[in-house]
Amino acid sequence: MADPMRIRAQASGDKATVRVLMSHEMESGQRRDANGKLVPAWHIAEVTAEHNGKVVMTAEWGPAVAKNPYLQFSVKGAKAGDKIAISWKDNRGDTRRDEATVS
Amino acid sequence: MQNRRETLRQSAVVAGLLASTGLFPQWAHAAFNKAAFETKTVLDAVKAYGPGSITESKDVTITGPDIAENGAVVPIGASTTLPGVKQLLLLVEKNPSTLVAMFNVTDSIDATIATRAKMGQSSDVFAVAIMADGRALFAKKEIKVTLGGCGG
Repeated sequence: MADPMRIRAQASGDKATVRVLMSHEMESGQRRDANGKLVPAWHIAEVTAEHNGKVVMTAEWGPAVAKNPYLQFSVKGAKAGDKIAISWKDNRGDTRRDEATVS
Repeated sequence: MQNRRETLRQSAVVAGLLASTGLFPQWAHAAFNKAAFETKTVLDAVKAYGPGSITESKDVTITGPDIAENGAVVPIGASTTLPGVKQLLLLVEKNPSTLVAMFNVTDSIDATIATRAKMGQSSDVFAVAIMADGRALFAKKEIKVTLGGCGG
C-alpha cells in the first residue's frame, strides 16, 4: 500500500481549489538499471476525483507525469465542510483512496 | 457498425504496432486508453480519443515555464474558457510517448488543470481541449529543458 496522499481543498467564492500531492514512484519505463536492463514502467494510470460522493473528474495518466505527482483543479459549487475524495490506480493494480474536507 | 472482418483486421494492425515497438501490454485496463499513451505524435494521440484534426485556438491556454531547470519536474497546466469541454490533454511533443495526461472534464469543475510532467529534452508542449461537438483545439508553448528527466 502506497503512502497517503496530501489533499488540500480551499473554498474561495463559489468554488474550491483542490491541490493533491500523491506519493508514487512514476517509473518512466525508459530508464535502465545497473545491468543495462530496462526498468519497467510503473505509474498511476487512473485518477478519480469525487465531490460529496459524486464523480467530478477522472483522468488517465501516462508514465510522463512527474514522480510524486501534483494535481490541481477547482470544483464549482464546493463550500466549506464538503468532502473531496481522490482515488488512483496504478498499472500494477495498486490503489489508494484519500478524503479531505473543504476548508 | 463494425463487422467482424474489420475488427479482426484492426486488432491485427494494433498488435503488429505494439509488437514492433516492443511495448506489448503486460497489463490491461478496461478504462485506460493504452493505445493513446503509446502514440508518437500529437495528432495521433488526439486521434486516439476521437477527433481527426486539431486547430490552434486562442481560447485554450497552456501554462508552464520558459526554461525548466529540471526536466524531471516541469509544472504545466491547461485551461480553456470555452463551454462544452469534454477532455483536456497535456502532451510533450518530443517525449518518447507524446501524451502525458488526459483529463475527463465535467460541468462540476473548471476546465483548468495543473500538474507536473517529465520532459526528456526541450520541446513544444501542447494543451488540447476536445469539445463536446468533436472539435479539438490546441495551444502550444516551447519549454527549454536544461537537464533531461527521462534518462535518470
